[in-house]
Formats: sequence, structure tokens, C-alpha cells
Amino acid sequence: MSAYLWIQNGHLLDPANQIDEIQDLYVAEGHIVPQLSEAQKNSAKKLNAQGLMVAPGLVDLNARLGYPGPSHRETIATGTQAAAAGGFTSLLCMPDTTPLCDNAGTLQQLVDKVIRDACIRVYPTGCLTKGLAGAALAPSGQLQAAGAVALSDSGAPTQNNEIMRRALEYAHMFDMPVLAQSQDSSMTDQAMMHEGEWSLRLGLKGWPKVAESIMVARNVILAELTQAQVHLQNISSADSVDILRRAKARGIQVSAELSPQHLALTDAALSTYNTNLKLQPPLGNEKDRRALIEGLKDGTLDCIASGHSPFSSHEKDCEFAAAPFGVGSLETCLSVALEILHHQEGCSLSQIINWLSSTPAKICQLPAGSLTVGMPADICVFDPNEKWVPQADQLQSKSKNSPWIGTTLRGRVKACIVGGKQIDLTSTPAS
Amino acid sequence: MALTWKQKDLIEIGALSCDEINTIFTVAKQFKESAQQGTLPKSPLAGRTLVNLFLEPSTRTRLAFEVAAKKLQAEVITISGASSSLTKGESLRDTAQNMAALQADMIIMRHSASGAPNYLSQVVNLPIINGGDGAHAHPTQALLDAFTLKEQLGQIQGKKITILGDILYSRVARSNMECLLKLGAEVTIAGPSTLVPQGFAALGVRVCYDLRAALQDADAVMLLRIQHERQAATHFPSIGEYTSMFGLNQERAQWLKPDAIIMHPGPINRGVEIDSELADSDRSVILQQVTNGIMVRMACIHLCYAYHNGLPLQPEL
Repeated sequence: MSAYLWIQNGHLLDPANQIDEIQDLYVAEGHIVPQLSEAQKNSAKKLNAQGLMVAPGLVDLNARLGYPGPSHRETIATGTQAAAAGGFTSLLCMPDTTPLCDNAGTLQQLVDKVIRDACIRVYPTGCLTKGLAGAALAPSGQLQAAGAVALSDSGAPTQNNEIMRRALEYAHMFDMPVLAQSQDSSMTDQAMMHEGEWSLRLGLKGWPKVAESIMVARNVILAELTQAQVHLQNISSADSVDILRRAKARGIQVSAELSPQHLALTDAALSTYNTNLKLQPPLGNEKDRRALIEGLKDGTLDCIASGHSPFSSHEKDCEFAAAPFGVGSLETCLSVALEILHHQEGCSLSQIINWLSSTPAKICQLPAGSLTVGMPADICVFDPNEKWVPQADQLQSKSKNSPWIGTTLRGRVKACIVGGKQIDLTSTPAS
Repeated sequence: MALTWKQKDLIEIGALSCDEINTIFTVAKQFKESAQQGTLPKSPLAGRTLVNLFLEPSTRTRLAFEVAAKKLQAEVITISGASSSLTKGESLRDTAQNMAALQADMIIMRHSASGAPNYLSQVVNLPIINGGDGAHAHPTQALLDAFTLKEQLGQIQGKKITILGDILYSRVARSNMECLLKLGAEVTIAGPSTLVPQGFAALGVRVCYDLRAALQDADAVMLLRIQHERQAATHFPSIGEYTSMFGLNQERAQWLKPDAIIMHPGPINRGVEIDSELADSDRSVILQQVTNGIMVRMACIHLCYAYHNGLPLQPEL
């Protein structure tokens, strides 16, 4: 394989460097270079990107790859292949694995597996508390030494305020971002969907939106107190956006993400008890959805994260109450963002790349998110207009719990390059 | 009048048109009249297998379906939660597909999960009748209640109906609201604010916490049981407090119009939501509801089966 790559005639989108124009892109030895010599050009692999967008590879701050854990849902190989198919070249995997990433040994096992099987860059995170039980701090220093780039209570939001305060103070010492899920679990016991007209109609126990906003307020207050770097995961309600907007106006350092599912869908979509729309936090109402879009546009929300949570068909093929929370979303994340934010809301493609690549890379200080000379050549080539219909048998993820199967989406990834190497997006990885 | 019916399943009232609801009433009335003459219909279900899949405890509804199916000469197999292989970890899909493979002709299901019959109808190609799912729907109860109301009040259009009690956790309340609104009634729901959230107003009903105001102009009041098993301690202080605030007793019954009727889907908790003598009084149509429940369920079973198998909708009486 050539050490050189020449991406020709593409439209470069590099918000970090304010580039938004047709321009060739050159790669040598896995890195972005300003130019290739004539000899290098002759031997370079050429990728004709005429009519396509050439952007920094996408960066996901919230995905689950199912390892360690039940391999019928996902493996590092299938999960990263799915990520590549969605244009992602870097992702953070959440620590709520089986067993949990709350100790250096498990984290090391994950790191080893990633080295062997991953086709994109995978950054592990560690549990914020031991056993994700919210009662005692996890060994953050050891987790960082084993490779964790951030800490998270994803999947088991920390309830105790004292523990959360100390966990943030402690993480701050190691300069580790804390990815916090905001949820007052005393208000969500057995809750299955957004509390509102539709939960009343469907007879499903309602999940009050204040269960999120109360904890968003708590987390913002503790971020100010501790000066720790707090990133709020999966914001879903209008009230939370409002609290964050006021916090940012006061100068509190906090960042926040939302999922493409919450950008595009509302609780009304649950009218047929589709278990692939059972999410944590649940889909809000139209007012929430509008507020999320406005929050993203005005900078209250910083980025988009997939929230990819694979569950196999037999786990989701059941009564709504029995189904686990979570959707598979790595492969459709960019398309849904393009459909809603670009095609419907008129946001620029450059802005969307900012939300899906440059900003998340900055939040977790990852070597990604731009096409700056010298950076690793992690590149996403996509057609913002191509229509496609996701089909279960064509998705790379081992799990098919995507709410988008059978739906026409606009915008499709055409090539994904990691460290100068083009990933074959059509091959099915051995699982 | 020509009968209108285009449903393989009966899962929720929302799927039915007013004409279809009236078709159920017409057929139920025919069954009732023929039963009063002591004759059984010549039924297409004779010898067919009807599975009563009751995965949540039930006596009244299960028995009513059994009696209804037997009057249609169907073979009834009843499976209860405790004896089913679901307790051994079998999925609902597998249970249902086994029923189909065992050549069942129809499934009536009660399930604790809202939406379970919607799911079931997607995994087997058999007529499904919902015998109550979670807090979602109990369509045959709503239909028998509406049938009884029509019998008692002459019509439903424009009548004022109050539903009193635990609305939040009640599938009966939801299906009744939907059915009565569809038929043109004015519906008020009343009870403690924690069990009667304001959000229900979006469905088109009046939400009322003043018992007197809820009762005084009602043509009928439907009482609902306080479902101890479903309520967390957070929703109301005690049964005693409920009875003192919302129980229907002789004194409060005076607030009702003289000809207003009292209904209850059962089982009744005497002395809790309703005074014992009131339950047995002339105003009460509780036992008529039970009898009508058989006729309405016969109509539902007959119509779903006939439509699914392309048979005449009009029963041979």
C-alpha cells in the first residue's frame, strides 16, 4: 500500500481552520501534509472526491461497543466497523461494560482488545464511582494510567451530591473530563417514556423531564464549585437547555451534548410501542426537540454524540416494558444530523462538522477534529445529499436496534480514512 | 342496518370507527335477545379453539370471555400466568407462535405490560382480543360499559359521564374515555390529583378535584377500584383518607341527579370506593354490566373471527 494519499477535487470542510472550499488534500505516512512531491503524487493512492465533502473524521463522545460484555450485541470489531461506516474515526466508549471499567485490570483488557480488533481510534473511559454504585470513588488515577481519557457515570447516574462533588474534585486533579448523565433516579423508577400526553395515552409510566433538569442544575452548580471539567451527556429537555444557557451566560465552564435521536424524534413516535425508540433519557415532546435545536444553534449545547447502545434482536423483540433502553446509532448519526440540521434547519455543513468532530475532539483533548498539517490523517468523505435507506442486513453493527431501518435519510458516508488508511466500509468483520 | 367491521384484532378503542362500535352494539343486542329466548346462535366458531392467555391475575374478565366463547360453541383453553412457560423464560413471541402452531384460532390476552397485545398482533397472524394490557387499554370493558349506558340512558351522545377514582393506573378509565368521547359524551374524570393528572385534559376530558362538582350534573358515575398493587406509597396517604375524600357514600350520592346511575367494572371494594348499600341499590347497574359483558364479548369474538376468515358478519341466530 502506498504511503501517500491524494484526495482530489473534494470540497474541504475544516471548521477548525476556517476552510470551506474545493481543495485537494494530501496525506503522507498517516499524517496530513501541505503538498506531495511529483514523485509522491505519482505513487500516491488517488481518491476522487468530486462532488463530495472531505472533512475531519467524526468524533463520538458517547458510544458503547459491548466489550467486555455479551458478544452477541457487539464486538470491538463490529462496533468500530459500524463507527467507520458512520464516518467516525475516534470514539469514547462508555465504562458501563460487563464487568465494569472501574479498575485498571478491566481497562487494560479493553485496551489490549482495541489494539487487536479496532479499525478506528477507541478511547476508553473509566467509571466515576466504584461499581457505578455512586457510593465510593473509583481509582481515577489508576484508570487514567491504564488509558482512560475521561470518567463517566453513564448508565448509572450518580445520585449522592457529596460523592459527585468529591468525584469531580478528584478528577480535576488529574485533568480528566467527567462525562455526567443527569438523572434523578428516584423520579424515574420503572418509567419508560417522556411523561406527557403520549405516556398517558399509551399507559406507559412517565419519565418526568424534571428528573433530568434537577440533576443538570446540580451538576452545573458542582462544576462551578469544583472547577472540574464537566460534560453533560445526552441532554433531552427544554428545561435543561434553559438551565445550561443561564449557566454559560454566568461563565460556568460546562459542555453538553445531545443525540441525533433526540434531534429528530419525539414521544409521539412511540405510539406503536416500537422498542427501538426506548431511550434513556426518553424522547421528549416537540417543544423539547425545538429547544435542543435552538440550543445547538446558539452554542448552549456544544456537540452531537451518537449514544450508540447495541442490543440484539431477541432482546428488543418483546413487550415494551421488557425491552432494554438504547438504540444503535453510529451508522446513521451523520445522516440524521444532516437531515435535520442541514436539510431541514439550514445549518451549514461546516457547523455540522464542528458539532460532530472539532468540538468533541476539543472537549476531550483528542488528537482529532481538524485537517491541520501534521495531524493524523483521520478523514470522513461524505455526500450530503445522497439518499439511502438503512437496511438491517446492511448495517455493520452486530445489533440491528436502529430506529432508522426502512427510513429514507439524506447524506451518506462515502469513505472513512484512519491514519491515512482507508477502511473498507463494505466488508463484514469477523465477530 | 348494514354491519360495518374491518378489524382482525380488537386491541384499543382508537382503532374503531363509530360505525364499528355501533356494529358491536347491534350484534351484542341480537345475542342478548336470543339468550333471553333461551337459544344459542349457530356460530362459525363451533369447534374452533380459542386460547385465553391470561398472564396477569383475573377472575371476572377471564370468566366472561370463557362464557362468551362457550356460548359461541368454541373450545376454550385457558392459560394463566402461573402455568405458562413464560415463567420458564419463554418469550411472548415463542409462546404465541406455539399457540398458532397448535392450531389455535384466536387469542384473548391479558398482560401486565402496556402494548403487549399490539406486539402480539405483529408476531402471529391470528385474531387477537385484548383482555387488558397494563395501564393501556381494556376495550371490551369500555364497550360493555358503553353498551350498558346506551341501554340505561337511551343514548350516549351529549350525556355527562363522570369517572371517579384511580385514573392514572387504570386501563378501564383510558378505554372508557376514548370510547365515550368518540360516541359524543362529555367526560369528567375525578379523584386525587396524584392519580388524576391534569395532563389528561389534553385527551379531551374535564379534570375535576371537587367531588360535588364532578357528581352533580352527571348522568352516570363510573367508579374505579383503588389498585393497591399498582400504587407506590407516594400517590396517596391511605385507603382511609381516600374513602373520606372520594368514597361514594349515601350522603354524596344525594349530590347526584335522581336518575343518575352508578357503574363499576369490578371487583368492588365495599366500604372503600363505594358504600355497600349503594352498590346494591337501584341506582347501581353493576350486575347488568357483568351480564352485558358476556354479550359484548360474544360480539367482539364473533366479528373479529368472521372478518379474519371472510365469513358473514351477521350471526345466524
